[in-house]
Formats: sequence, C-alpha cells, structure tokens
Amino acid sequence: MPNPLDAAARATPPTVARRIRGLSDRAIAWLFVAPTIFLLLAINIFPLIWTVRLSFTNYRANRPNEEVEWVGLRNYIRILTDDGIWANMQTTAHFLFWTLVLQVILGFALAWLINRKFKGNDLLTTLIVLPMMLSPAVVGNFWTFLYQPQIGLVNYTVELLTGTPANSFSMLGPGGYAPWSIIIVDTWMWTPFVMLICLAGLRSIPDYIYEAAEVDRASKWRQFWTITVPMVLPFLMLAVLFRGIENFKMFDMVVLLTGGGPGNETLLASIDLKREAFEKWRTGYSSAYAIILFVTVFGLASIYVKALNKVKER
Amino acid sequence: MSAYSVTEPTRRSKLVAGVLVVLYTFITLLPLVWIISTGFKSGPDSISYPPKVVFEPSLEGYVNLFTTRTRVGAEEFENLPPAETWYDQIVRDQGMVIAGPSRFGERFLNSVIIGFGSTFLSIFLGTLAAYAFSRFKVPLKDDLLFFILSTRMMPPIAVAIPIFLMYRELGLSDTHLGMILLYTGVNISLAVWLLKGFIDEIPREYEEAALIDGYTRFQAFRKVVLPQAATGIASTAIFCLIFAWNEYAFAVLLTSGTAQTAPPFIPTIIGVGGQDWPAVAAGATIFLLPVMIFTILLRKHLLRGITFGAVRK
Repeated sequence: MPNPLDAAARATPPTVARRIRGLSDRAIAWLFVAPTIFLLLAINIFPLIWTVRLSFTNYRANRPNEEVEWVGLRNYIRILTDDGIWANMQTTAHFLFWTLVLQVILGFALAWLINRKFKGNDLLTTLIVLPMMLSPAVVGNFWTFLYQPQIGLVNYTVELLTGTPANSFSMLGPGGYAPWSIIIVDTWMWTPFVMLICLAGLRSIPDYIYEAAEVDRASKWRQFWTITVPMVLPFLMLAVLFRGIENFKMFDMVVLLTGGGPGNETLLASIDLKREAFEKWRTGYSSAYAIILFVTVFGLASIYVKALNKVKER
Repeated sequence: MSAYSVTEPTRRSKLVAGVLVVLYTFITLLPLVWIISTGFKSGPDSISYPPKVVFEPSLEGYVNLFTTRTRVGAEEFENLPPAETWYDQIVRDQGMVIAGPSRFGERFLNSVIIGFGSTFLSIFLGTLAAYAFSRFKVPLKDDLLFFILSTRMMPPIAVAIPIFLMYRELGLSDTHLGMILLYTGVNISLAVWLLKGFIDEIPREYEEAALIDGYTRFQAFRKVVLPQAATGIASTAIFCLIFAWNEYAFAVLLTSGTAQTAPPFIPTIIGVGGQDWPAVAAGATIFLLPVMIFTILLRKHLLRGITFGAVRK
C-alpha cells in the first residue's frame, strides 16, 4: 500500500507545491502529525494491547516479582459465568436505561419549549447548561449532603411537598432508593446535554416546511409527529449515543455518591472493575473484565451507529 | 418580517413555555445555589433542621478549607494570647487553634499546573495535526470520528490498569509530567477533530495566495491560518481544560501525594464527626467557579465541543 502521506503530498496542487521553499509538504505533513500519532499510540493503542495481553495471565500488580502464568481463557470464562458480574451488568443496564429515558424526555421537552423563542431564552439556556460542565466527583460528593436524611435539602423538600417526614427515608441508605438517587443526579447533570443537541435539531428545521404543512392544513399535532419528530430524531439518537457510552462507563459521580452501596445496589460495572483492579489487585482478571466491557460498548455502539446512519439517510 | 407568520409561536405559547423553562432553571440551579451558600454557613447552620435559607454569613468554611486545626486543653485555651488575625478568631470561635495550612492550596495549584499544561500541549500538537489533516489528503478521514469515539469507550479504570504499570516502570507515577501526558493523550483526539473542523472553515485560497506571494508553508500556517483559527483554538482549549480540570478517575488511581489534583481531594475534607460541609462547599465553590465562567464564555461553541464536532449548529 502506498504511504498515505506520499499520497497527500502528491494530491496537493503542483502549482502550490512548486512555490514552496524550505520543507516539502510531505515533510511538513509528517512533522505535524507524528507527535499526535505517537501520543495516541502511547496513551490509547498501546495500553489497549497491553490490557489484552494481561487478560490472559494471572498477573497481580501488587506482587510484581511473582511469576506470571498464562491462563488462556480462564479469566474470561470466570467472568462470564459469575453471577455477581451479571448482577452488576443488570445494575448498569438499569442505570443506563432510566437515565437515557428521562434525559431524552426532559431534554427534548425543554428544547421544544426553549424553541418557542420567548424573551431571555438564551440566558436561561446558558444557566441550564451549567450542571453538566461541573466536576462529576465534586458534584457527586456534594449530593451526599443534599441526600442526608435529616438535614438534606432533598428529604426536606419531599417533606414540604408531601408531608412524608424527612427522617423516615434515606435516599442513599437501605430501602431501595439508591439506584434511583444516582439516576436523579445523572439526569440533573446531563439533561442539558440532550437539550442542547435537540435544540440544534429543532433549529435546523427550515420554516418553509411548516409553512407548506400549514397550507396543506395539517394540524399542529400532525406537524409535530410528521415534521418535528422525524427531523430531530437523528440529533436525538446522536445524543443517546454519547450519553449511552458515557453512562456505560460511569464511575466518578456514582463512586462518590454511593460507592456502589448500600450492599451492591448501585455497584455499576465500572466501580466493580475498580475494586477488582485496584483494591483486590487481580490485574489479569480485571484486564479481561475491562476487555469484555470495551467489546460490549464497542459492539453496541457500532450497531447503533449503523442504525443512526440509516435514519440520517432517510 | 410579515405581519402574520405561521411559524412564529403565539404570545400565549411563548408565555407558557417561558414560565415552564424558568421553573426548570430554578429547580436545576438549586443544588448549585446550595453549594455556594453552604460555603458561607457556619458549621451548626449548615446541618440545622430545617435547612436554613436565611443565615448569618460566615467565613468559617473558607478558613477551615485552607487550615488544619487542633483542639487544646481547656486551661491552655483560656491562657492563649488574643487572636491576632480575623481567621485566627474564626477558628478560636470554634474552640480550636490553627495548626497549619491545609493541602487544598497545593491541590488546587496541581489542578492549575496539570490542567493548563495538558491543555497547552493538546492544543500545540492538536493544531499542527489538525492542519495536516485538513489540508492534505489522508485516507480514512471519515472513520476518524468513530475512532475518537472508540477511544472514549474504554472505561477509565480499564485504561488506568496498563497506564499504572507503564508509569510505574517509567517513574511517572504521581508526577505532574505523567498526568499532563495522560490528559494530553486523552484530549488530543478531540482537540484534533474539533480544530480540523475550525480549520476546514478557513478558505484554502488565503494560504495559497500567501504561498504565491513567496511565503513558505510554515509562514503561511503561522501568519494566515493561525490568526484565522484563533477563536476555534480558544474554544477547543477551554474544552480540553475543562476535561482535565474535572477528571477524577485517573487522578485518584495514579496520584496520591505530590501530583494529586483537587477533585480527589475535596471529598476528603473532614471535620469533627464526618465531612466538614461548609469547607467542602467552599472548596467546591472555588473549584467550580472557573468552569462556570468558562461555560458562559463558551456558550456559542458549546454544542460543537460536547458532541466532538458532530453537531455544529
């Protein structure tokens, strides 16, 4: 195969190329791209390959002098037959499903409302966006305070609105609320993300389409379902893709909010992975775990992107 | 504009939409307001029931954030000379004396060094690569976005395992340089992709004219392309900075002492019997404020950054 950068240099118009003194375009292309490629190899590709290698061993990072054995597929088999890990996957799926559903509904609704172009909508958009730019760790930590049973703002608000005594339930303690608590915080943080993307979608619909529909006497309801929704759909799907990938590997916010507890109620795959890798130091085993997670996201995302492209082409 | 437009929402629908959005904004900002206000509460006020909306402002949280304090015996406490400074006084009012500075200052400084260092490096390398990607034909250009996305599919813990081993070998564990390189490696694909989008928008004719005028490629890049791309470079830089600033997983796993940034530190601020919430809130406020300001400055390019350039508006 010919060198891509050679091809690049050849593709540059000759009139331009001839004019250049000093370095040739090809050399410049190399010089400009090489450091980036090197960094990507060092920080992204090489670790991935190393993880794959480790996943076939029983290596433990806290005992670097111990002999390392090849164990073949043993780690993979153990993980895929472990009930605990399937339970974590279900916890992750629950978190993923509900955050996506809530964020899509709220995000779209907000974008739709903001697109009414009332006075001050720009300012409000900027304010609404703030939570998603903040450090998830710092935010997760502070929400433990908001969720305190006796003194926290959340329980107090519930008491104020419904009369349920504030200290009668605990959002992060036993009682089954914890999986919903992390969904609430994630939705609080990331609804603006879906909203922004939907807003871009809504603003990309040209006015004349609605005008034509109006001439055809299509009702507003019909216009919404036959124009607005299909035109925003590719944008919405993109938002779901990004949020899906992010939440599948969710770690920082949840680890500080619940640490996986109470019990294992909010033990997302990523948090479990951290325990295996950096608390139990089962490096080989957790490498296999990491590869399984990566392949799962990669596979799902690839299928999803294909579907997304089909929707776009329509 | 015409007197009647079918696409212009009616006044009533605008009003209803406005009210609903204001309501949402109010609810969504409440936790942020709570963080900022808790930072100015005294210890007892912060944990009172019902939660206090109106309170007497106090700098206790900020003083506690920057100091470590210790209790002394009752007799000794009585015999202390009067407090010399206002912050001494605030600590005395809690029945303690200042033992020394806390590590928050260092951690914050680490965040600044690592954040700005990795941003500078990502932008420097990213701009060069983006220019090459934009101006020369490179195969697989279309797959680049998916590649960038796929580098973000690895859970951070999964990346951290080999990086941890690699850094241990290279002596980069818990160093500023190690964290700068790591964050640059994570940010650079996004930076290249965003910057390529911005550079694509600069007409090629500008440089070609410069080349014909006798500039070298380098000069054309420096004197024609860079000034034109300045806004794009600035907003990409802010995105890189925000990522490095907020990052927690790598920081907590790969640093412990010298190079630890603020996000792993803030949750460890402890007072008497649990977290010292006014101090945590004070730290959070100082830490979150720069990002809030940046978000407001960035609002025009926000969408592009968060979608890796997939949506440009």
